[in-house]
Amino acid sequence: MSATSPAEARESAGPIISHQVAAPEGKPRGEFLFFALRSKKFMLSVVILAVLAVVAIFGPIIDSTDPVAQNGLPMQQPTLDPGNWFGTTYFGEDVFAQFANGLRASFFVGFLGGGLAAVIGMTVGFVAGYRGGWVDEALNMITNVFLVIPTLAVLLVITSYLQARGVMFEAVFIGATSWPWAARAIRAQTFSLRSREFIDLAKLSGRGSRQIIVSEIASNMSSYLLLTFILLFGGAILIAASLDFIGLGPTGGISLGLMMYNAVTWAALQLGIWWWFIPPGVGIMATVGALYVMNVGLDEIFNPKLRTM
Amino acid sequence: MLSLNRVSKVYKTGTFGGKELLAVRDVSFDVNGGEVVSLIGESGSGKTTVGKMILKLIEISRGTITLDGQDISQIHGGDVKSYYRQVQGVFQDPFSSYNPIFKADRVFAMIRGAYFPDVPASEWADKLDAALRSVTLDPGQVLNKYPHQLSGGQLQRLLVARALLLDLKILVADEIISMLDASTRIDVLNLLADLQTRGMGILFITHDLSLGNYISQKTVILRRGVIVEMGDTEKVFGHPTHPYTRLLVSSVPQLHKKWAEIEAELSAPIAGKGGCPFHDAYPLAGRSPEPSADEPTLVKIEDDHFVGCFELESEKAQQVA
Amino acid sequence: MSLQVTDLRVYYRTLAGDVKALDGATFGIADKEIMGLAGESGCGKSTLGNSLIRLDGRMKYVAGSVNLDGTDLPIWDSDEMVHYRYMEVSVVPQYAMSAMNPTRKIGKMVSELVESRGVSYKEIRPEFERRIDLVGLRRDVTDRYPIELSGGMKQRMVMVISTLMDPSLLITDEITSALDVSTQRAVAETLVSFRDHGFVKSMMVITHDMSILYQIADSILVMYAGKLAEKATTEVIIGRPLHPYTRMLVSSLPEVGVRYADKKLTGIPGGPPSLLHPPTGCRFRARCPLAFAKCEQEPPFVEVEPGHWAACWKATGSDA
Repeated sequence: MSATSPAEARESAGPIISHQVAAPEGKPRGEFLFFALRSKKFMLSVVILAVLAVVAIFGPIIDSTDPVAQNGLPMQQPTLDPGNWFGTTYFGEDVFAQFANGLRASFFVGFLGGGLAAVIGMTVGFVAGYRGGWVDEALNMITNVFLVIPTLAVLLVITSYLQARGVMFEAVFIGATSWPWAARAIRAQTFSLRSREFIDLAKLSGRGSRQIIVSEIASNMSSYLLLTFILLFGGAILIAASLDFIGLGPTGGISLGLMMYNAVTWAALQLGIWWWFIPPGVGIMATVGALYVMNVGLDEIFNPKLRTM
Repeated sequence: MLSLNRVSKVYKTGTFGGKELLAVRDVSFDVNGGEVVSLIGESGSGKTTVGKMILKLIEISRGTITLDGQDISQIHGGDVKSYYRQVQGVFQDPFSSYNPIFKADRVFAMIRGAYFPDVPASEWADKLDAALRSVTLDPGQVLNKYPHQLSGGQLQRLLVARALLLDLKILVADEIISMLDASTRIDVLNLLADLQTRGMGILFITHDLSLGNYISQKTVILRRGVIVEMGDTEKVFGHPTHPYTRLLVSSVPQLHKKWAEIEAELSAPIAGKGGCPFHDAYPLAGRSPEPSADEPTLVKIEDDHFVGCFELESEKAQQVA
Repeated sequence: MSLQVTDLRVYYRTLAGDVKALDGATFGIADKEIMGLAGESGCGKSTLGNSLIRLDGRMKYVAGSVNLDGTDLPIWDSDEMVHYRYMEVSVVPQYAMSAMNPTRKIGKMVSELVESRGVSYKEIRPEFERRIDLVGLRRDVTDRYPIELSGGMKQRMVMVISTLMDPSLLITDEITSALDVSTQRAVAETLVSFRDHGFVKSMMVITHDMSILYQIADSILVMYAGKLAEKATTEVIIGRPLHPYTRMLVSSLPEVGVRYADKKLTGIPGGPPSLLHPPTGCRFRARCPLAFAKCEQEPPFVEVEPGHWAACWKATGSDA
């Protein structure tokens, strides 16, 4: 996706269309809603994420069982009785409580990790793209270093030193290592925006670099930044689940990846305890999948060239 | 008064920056208040580079640009803002000059925020109104709209109005006409001429000779970064001397004369003893890549009409690209 | 007549309705005639040019007929038009310079193009090279990539490629706009030489630049807001235009020799009307200094004198 210049959009749309026809109002906000409500991809993904969010927020309140308390009878099949919606694990833990709390943890890691990666990526990308010159070279070098670092190996080394790790650590680690592609992409966009004449005009109005980056460049890329954040968010959840699954996740608490790790360790598949690993698997798939589909939907909404009429 | 004195712009090219590319070389001319100077050149002539150097958007490599005697490369930090109070620019693509996600009149708000923070709202509204009317725009039609809701001509005039809010001495107009329709071009041109009669100095950068001829008093012809001919507009167009100028004049499509007629009309070139008036006057000043500071770049062939060396490098002027 | 267009209407489909970009065009181009199609942006000239060869997804054919050398062209059927495209009707579109595949050598691209039409590249190669010589390029250009050529060279190359099959009608869309003045002249003169050599029978040159048309066109058709305004020979359009729009347009063009101090030119106040909901009657009415009551009825595009058509009540002398 690229920030198309109005001139290009005009030329491709023909001389008449973009001047006289837009969505009903001339305002970008109204236009966004207009197309958003019509986009199947966007609406579907919003619905899925909304359902998951409700489970994550209210689930642990409705079912306030401690997810790691081995209170119930082991390996119970799910029923419709309250407190047993998803059955119990090998150890008698409430699977639904685990699922709901795990969703919460996943969203938290995704938000924090993705958010941190977004902040770093944006800062590096904007500064490198706008300044150019040796600043750009230096930041590029740093970006390349981070790209090349084998994050798994680094994590293994760190875990051997840190015996107790929390969700916060995982989020920060993911945030600190998954930003390079975002920085690259934002830098490229900034480069192309930087040579536009309204940037020159802002300089001629006496604006400083930082002001220009925020008020002219970032604002013009706002849809792209949103999409980047969504991708980082989804990516962080996926990475966290993968790390948890191989045992490199937080040492306490519960998460979707950890549920699957336990399920595999305790032979849930062979024992037929499908309700232990299917919910977390579907949960991860649904969350990440919905986020990516939302991304595609938003891309279509924001970029008139991708819309089919 | 804006004065350029042997201004050059050097770009480093090559894998490790070993080679140099001179986009602009030893350009000298003045823009006084109350006059329009056309800077005419084709693509690659360096005319936009000159405009951007005057606007301090690009650094000057060699030479000096002075405004009322003050060297502009010595203006830093906070003083740059006051420089922009006196010198402003308008660019070629009206749609690219506005941030498309904001309304068009944000450009005025930016000026207000930077230069008139203490002016009360009603006084500002009056000032804005006056500026808009002086560019023949109806405030009711253009305020509070997004750029895509306005036409190219309106957007360009809004930019001129923006420049008028300050106490402008010099306006750099870089190809501002080329993206406008024929019927609006002339309105914007007349507007510039009007500003000139009221005392503003305008540098009109263009590739279109007819436009330059229409509104400017002085003309500077630029080719590959070097001035080849310069002087009073009527003299430069009346008897173009340099082969490049003659090529341009004979190639411009005119409305009432065919190309063949124009070519026939161009009087025989002023041939000196060696075929080049510049080298006739300065026989020892060879075309070295780096003319020293006291070597002249142009020779005067009549009052207010100067011409540079005739050499157009190895290719013949007729063999276009 | 080589080309005869009758009441052609092509609209653009948009979410807000139909934009009546081309609303009734009737005219003809004779053999060996170079007709200029002039007008400002949004007047429908590009739509007219495009509709004769290819209607893209947003364009909707509404009515009218196009007859080329006695055959009706099925412009509404894109598949049927394949027979005619490039062979009988060819186009040099706007930005053609950038339209050459950057990853293909030019010779390879042309061979793929002609082979796809069932023509052997080997057979046509000598003629192709002859034409490359004619436009002043070197024969080894077929071994080059587009990026190695300059703007003017690319434009001339595209012109050669577009006329390789000797089409009956060539449509060019703003081919001189992005070029330097000296190259413009070379390209425009190349266009005329194609007609003189018989590579094309007739041409439609679409541009907003009337002065180029004065140099090379035999006749000029002026459009405004989707309708035809005036058509006549070049001398008449420039020298004795009848339609007020044409008159104001011609007199608003600066020329070398005309200076502000001596003679201040005037533009046309206002702007073109919306084509989504076009006004009734003459579309130029709102900006026309000669508008009167009858202009509420749309004036027909009629022949006011031999070879001179205009759509204006005043021009036809019906201003009783």
